[in-house]
Amino acid sequence: MQTAEIKESLLMALGAIAAHKLRSALTLLGIVIGVFSIIMVMTAMRVLQSTVENELSQLGAHTFAIQKFPAVIFGGPEDFEKYFRRQRILYAHGAAVKEQATLAQAVGLTSEFVNGREAISRYTKTNPDVDLDGDTPESYAAKNWVIGEGRGLSQTDLENARDVCVLGNTLAKKLFPRGSALDDTVKFGGVNYAVVGVLEAKNGMLGGNQDNFISIPLTTGLNRYGRDKRSLGILVQARDQASYADTIEQVRGILRKARKVPPGAEDDFEIVSNESLIGQFRSVTLAVRIGVAVVSSISLLTAGIGIMNIMLVSVTERTREIGIRRAIGAKKRNIMTQFIMEAIALCEVGGVLGVLLGIVGGNVAAYFMKVTPVIPLDWALIGLVICSIVGIVFGTYPAYKAANLDPIESLRYE
Amino acid sequence: MIRLTNISKRYVMGAETVHALRDVSLHISRGEYVAIMGPSGSGKSTLMNLIGCLDTPTSGRYELNGTNVSEMDDNQLAEIRNKEIGFVFQTFNLLARSNALRNVELPLIYKGVPSSERRQIALDALASVNLGDRVHHKPNELSGGQRQRVAIARALVTNPSIILADEPTGNLDSKTGAEIMALFEALSAKGNTIIVVTHEEEVAEHARRVIRIRDGLIASDEAMPQRVVAVQTASPA
Ligand SMILES: Nc1ncnc2c1ncn2[C@@H]1O[C@H](COP(=O)(O)OP(=O)(O)O)[C@@H](O)[C@H]1O
Ligand SMILES: [Mg+2]
Repeated sequence: MQTAEIKESLLMALGAIAAHKLRSALTLLGIVIGVFSIIMVMTAMRVLQSTVENELSQLGAHTFAIQKFPAVIFGGPEDFEKYFRRQRILYAHGAAVKEQATLAQAVGLTSEFVNGREAISRYTKTNPDVDLDGDTPESYAAKNWVIGEGRGLSQTDLENARDVCVLGNTLAKKLFPRGSALDDTVKFGGVNYAVVGVLEAKNGMLGGNQDNFISIPLTTGLNRYGRDKRSLGILVQARDQASYADTIEQVRGILRKARKVPPGAEDDFEIVSNESLIGQFRSVTLAVRIGVAVVSSISLLTAGIGIMNIMLVSVTERTREIGIRRAIGAKKRNIMTQFIMEAIALCEVGGVLGVLLGIVGGNVAAYFMKVTPVIPLDWALIGLVICSIVGIVFGTYPAYKAANLDPIESLRYE
Repeated sequence: MIRLTNISKRYVMGAETVHALRDVSLHISRGEYVAIMGPSGSGKSTLMNLIGCLDTPTSGRYELNGTNVSEMDDNQLAEIRNKEIGFVFQTFNLLARSNALRNVELPLIYKGVPSSERRQIALDALASVNLGDRVHHKPNELSGGQRQRVAIARALVTNPSIILADEPTGNLDSKTGAEIMALFEALSAKGNTIIVVTHEEEVAEHARRVIRIRDGLIASDEAMPQRVVAVQTASPA
């Protein structure tokens, strides 16, 4: 098959589509919807996934966290209520784990005190998007935070509830564009905190809002923002991967005792790890993906049958054209190619539309979820390949019919 | 160049068999200008289709340029049609959505001529039928006579051995018909082999030889050395 023939077929195909705009549009709708739903969901999933997995991977090596609520809540309001009714995780629970967990290498406590407010340095101030975390010194390793400059929080900072802070890398660069942040102060929520350290940048996503936080001693935060109604997070780092499971069991036992959970009752806290979160999230997205695969398969199948129907009509309408082409030297193979190319072109017009709409739709969803947009090039490509396959599968029979028309009969066809 | 030996074509319609051609033998040399005449249903189109390699005979042998066409398969026949035959139809049979140039280019596409050469060859063919200024017009923007000239350009463009015209003036008024016949005359003068099927004596009288068919048999096969004589001898028939 030569390029001239393909070009000729494509030109004829586009001409045919243009000549029957409404009919083509209706036929293409199924393809557009099928591809749109694939691309849109895959875009949204990818956006979510890259964001969530990135967030989830923030725990350090063989580290797990204990918190009141699970990371993802399945089920309806009654499930939510179950979690809501649980007793809070108190400083005392954390202290018990820290004291008794012999297998743990480090036990940190953490709480987010402020979610999004402006931070002010003597040079500049930020957008109101800076988070304020309270931590104990041990949280750092568990959160995978590495000190780049200065020092981390110390036991003394914690015991005396000092107004000191460690800055996330992004924030430090924003607030102190020209020099070091060390020994300077940052004003947050009306309070001046002395900067004692700056963290190394995390190699996270580009453009994300990572490293845009202030870490202060947990006690400072508890004093300032209150202890009531506050549930802390406990971060436990096992010594190594081998003792990881045992460490979890030991901590579970300690907590059940400290929180007076009756024997046989289920835990009234959640143990989450990088793996459990990613696994949980993947299982959700997998279910969504399978659902979408089914829906779009049905829609593509319907579309394919529509394409076949329209191609059969087209073959009948163009019987004489086929006769003319055969008379001037087209082989059966040429006619076959032409009609299959037409079916593919028809599908691809729908496919390209679907891909564009899907990418736009997926990213609009991402925008509203406040996560970084992505363009799923691989899925766009897969979408277009699927369209070609639909075109080939459902175009072959009409093309075969066209190729096997009798040239003499076709020439006489009115 | 064209040699038909004992060619028969039968159509079986249920219990009945139609003998469209019975044992026809015929020889046409390069450069001849032949008219095939006969009443409706006599087998003219069947003969044309066989000569044009659109169809194969039920029995008999057809040799074109020394090769036996009667036993060729579909692909080979398509190739012969592409290279050796130029068809001109009563109803023009142009592709409605394509302009004159693309219509004329089409046989070259199937022949595999590279696009760089194709366009020029097609333009030359259109110029040779005096349509050099209408190459971008679509068939519905052209008059009947112009459409038939596009069809003739398309028939000529691969430089075929034979031009086969089935009632080429049937859908044209007599003045335009005469123009088309003048064109055939010019092509014949340039050495093209032309076979015209017609039931009009005025059309046939342009030819140098008239073959009359009746009930699938050749009834007469006469040379027409001079047109004036031809008119006189043909009229009483
Ligand atoms: N495809 C066919 N099936 C059956 N009979 C046919 C077919 N084609 C032609 N015939 C018959 O063969 C005879 C010759 O037809 P044709 O060659 O078309 O005649 P003409 O062109 O001289 O009018 C007619 O009787 C016609 O009915
Ligand atoms: Mg006829």
